[in-house]
Amino acid sequence: MSGEAPLVSFSNVTRFYGAGGGLVRALAGVDLAIARGEFIAIMGPSGSGKSTAMNIIGCLDRPTGGIFRFLGVEVNDLTQDQRALLRRNFIGFVFQGFNLLNRTTAIENVELPLIYRGTGRRERRERAIEALHLVGLEGREHHTPGELSGGQQQRVAIARAIVTDPLLLLADEPTGNLDSQRSEEIMDLIARLNEERGITVVMVTHEPDMAAHAHRIVRFVDGHIASDDHKAAA
Amino acid sequence: MLWETVKLAMSSIRRNVLRSVLTLLGIVIGVGAVIAMVTLGNGASSKVQENLSKLGSNMLIVRPGQATFGPGSSTDARSFDERDVTALQNDLSGIRGVAPTAQKQMKVVFGALNYDTTVTGTNSDWFTVQDWTLEDGRVFSDSELRAGTSVCVIGDTITHELFAGQDPIGERLRIGNFSCEVIGRMAAKGQSAFGTDQDAIVVLPLRTYHRRIAGNTRIGTISISVREAADIARVQRDAEDVLRERRRIVPGEEDDFTIRDLTQILATMASTTTILTGLLGAVAAVSLLVGGIGIMNIMLVSVTERTREIGIRLAIGALERQVLTQFLVEAVVLALFGGIIGIVIGLGLAAGGALAMGVPFTADLRVIALAFAVSALIGVIFGYFPARRAAQLDPIEALRRE
Repeated sequence: MSGEAPLVSFSNVTRFYGAGGGLVRALAGVDLAIARGEFIAIMGPSGSGKSTAMNIIGCLDRPTGGIFRFLGVEVNDLTQDQRALLRRNFIGFVFQGFNLLNRTTAIENVELPLIYRGTGRRERRERAIEALHLVGLEGREHHTPGELSGGQQQRVAIARAIVTDPLLLLADEPTGNLDSQRSEEIMDLIARLNEERGITVVMVTHEPDMAAHAHRIVRFVDGHIASDDHKAAA
Repeated sequence: MLWETVKLAMSSIRRNVLRSVLTLLGIVIGVGAVIAMVTLGNGASSKVQENLSKLGSNMLIVRPGQATFGPGSSTDARSFDERDVTALQNDLSGIRGVAPTAQKQMKVVFGALNYDTTVTGTNSDWFTVQDWTLEDGRVFSDSELRAGTSVCVIGDTITHELFAGQDPIGERLRIGNFSCEVIGRMAAKGQSAFGTDQDAIVVLPLRTYHRRIAGNTRIGTISISVREAADIARVQRDAEDVLRERRRIVPGEEDDFTIRDLTQILATMASTTTILTGLLGAVAAVSLLVGGIGIMNIMLVSVTERTREIGIRLAIGALERQVLTQFLVEAVVLALFGGIIGIVIGLGLAAGGALAMGVPFTADLRVIALAFAVSALIGVIFGYFPARRAAQLDPIEALRRE
C-alpha cells in the first residue's frame, strides 16, 4: 500500500437526501481508503449508509460534500457519461437480485458490457465464453436466466462483471437470494477472483459468515464508520 | 457501433413480439389508409382524365334556360329550333360542326327482343362533334335529313342487345309505333364521365325524330365543336351574340340560355377528384398521426416497464447516447416495419378497390417512398421523447425499481 495511490478514497464525504426538515444524512463525513487488491466487506444495519457508500464507490452517485476519488480522479464533478466511462472500464457490478436481462441468453448477457465498449464481435464471444468458463458455466452459454437456478444466475452476473477485466468488483449482497450451500460456492468464487486475478472486491453484506471471507470488514452505523478491522493475511 | 445498437434494438423487439406488433399496428393502419386512399384517388383522377379525352374535345354545349349543369334543365325556357342551328352554322367561324339534339328515353324493339334506350334526333355533324366512329354502314345523307326519312344509326349496346351477332344493317327497328331502317352502326365508346352507357343509343335524323317521336320541333341542346382550343372562348361569345339576337334579348337583359364549355366542366370534375383525394389522404394522415402517438405511448410504457433493464445497462457502462440511440432505433425499426406492412396492405386494398370501382390501379412509387420516409420520421419524432426519458434515468433509481 505504501506510496501507491489508493484505488478508492473518501475524505470527509457526505451524502444528503432531501432538504429542510426531511433532510436525510446518509453519509455524515466518511474517510476511507481502499487499496488495489483488497477484499473488503461492508456491513451495517439498514439505513446505516452502506448502500450509499457502495453507490458512490461504484460511481453511480456523487457525494454532497467532501471529496471522493476513484483512481485519484475526483468524481464529484464528473458528468453522468464520464462516470459511465469509469464504470465501463474499471468496475464490475454484482447485485443481490442478479439483474440479468430476461429472455436473453447467458452469453449475450455477459457480452453486453463489451458491446458498450465497442469490442469486436469475435473477441466479445471469446471473452464471454472464457468468463462463463471461469465461473463454472460451461455448456450453459445459451440458457436464458429463466432456465438457470439462482446460483447459476449469480454466476452469469459475476461473469458479466469480470468480462471487462475490471479493477474493482462491487458486490451488493451477492448471496442475499441464495441458500447457504450456493452462497458458499459464490463466496469461494469471489474470493478466488480476488486471489488469482487480483481484482479488488468490495462487498456489502449483513451475513457475518459471508463477511468472514473478506480480509477487512468495515462497519457503518448512522452514516459513520463505526469500525474498520483488518484481518491478518492468511 | 450503430450497427451494434441496431442489433440490440432488434433483439429487444424480438424479445417481446406481442408488444411490438401492437406498437406497429397504428402505423400499419395509418400508412395502409394513406396508400389505399391516394392510390385509389389517383386511379379515379386518371379515369376522369381518360374520359376527358374520350369526350368530343373543344365542345360547347348550348341549352335553353339558365339551368345549372345536369339533366332535367328547366322546361319553361324557350327551346331552340332548326333555324337557330342554321344561324350558328352560318355565322360562326373556326368550328367543326354544330349538332342539335333532342332526346327521349324509349323502348326499341327488334323481333322478340326490346331494350330501353336513348333515342336521339340530330344531324350528321353530330357524329363529328361527339367523336363517334362508324363501324359499319353510313350516316344520314342530306336528303334523308331534309325529308325526315325513317332511317337510324345504332350504338354498340343496341347492336349487341337486339341483334346478338346478326348484321343489323338493313333491318327494321321498331320505336314505339314507328319503325326505321338501320343504315349504320357505331363503334363502342364506353361509359360517359357521368357513368351512363353512351352506346345505348339510337340516332334518327332530327326531322324524323320531331315528326314521328316528339310531335313537336323542339331542340333540347346544341353541341358546337370548335376547331382550335384557343378559339373556344371567342366562339362561345359569338354563339351567345347570335342566339341573343335571334331570341331578341335586349342588352342588359340576361340570357335565357346557357353555353357551357364541356372540357372545362370535366376539368372541374378532375380537380374535384384531386381535392377529394387530398381530403381522404388528409383523413388518412390523421390516422397516421394517431399511429405515431400509439408508438409513443407504447414506447413510454416500454421505458417504464424496462426501467430496471435500463438501470442495468447504465450501471455496466452504457452512455446516455447509447441508450437513447437504442430506444430511438427501436422506435424507428418498429415504425418502418409498420410502414412496410402498411404499404403492402394499402396497395392490396387499393387494388381491390380499383377493381370494384372500375378505375385503373397504378402504384405510385413516389407515394410509396413518401409513406416509407414518413413512417421513419414518425418513429424518430415519437420515439425521441421516450428514448430521452430512458437515457436520462438515474441508474440508482432505475436499479431499485422492481
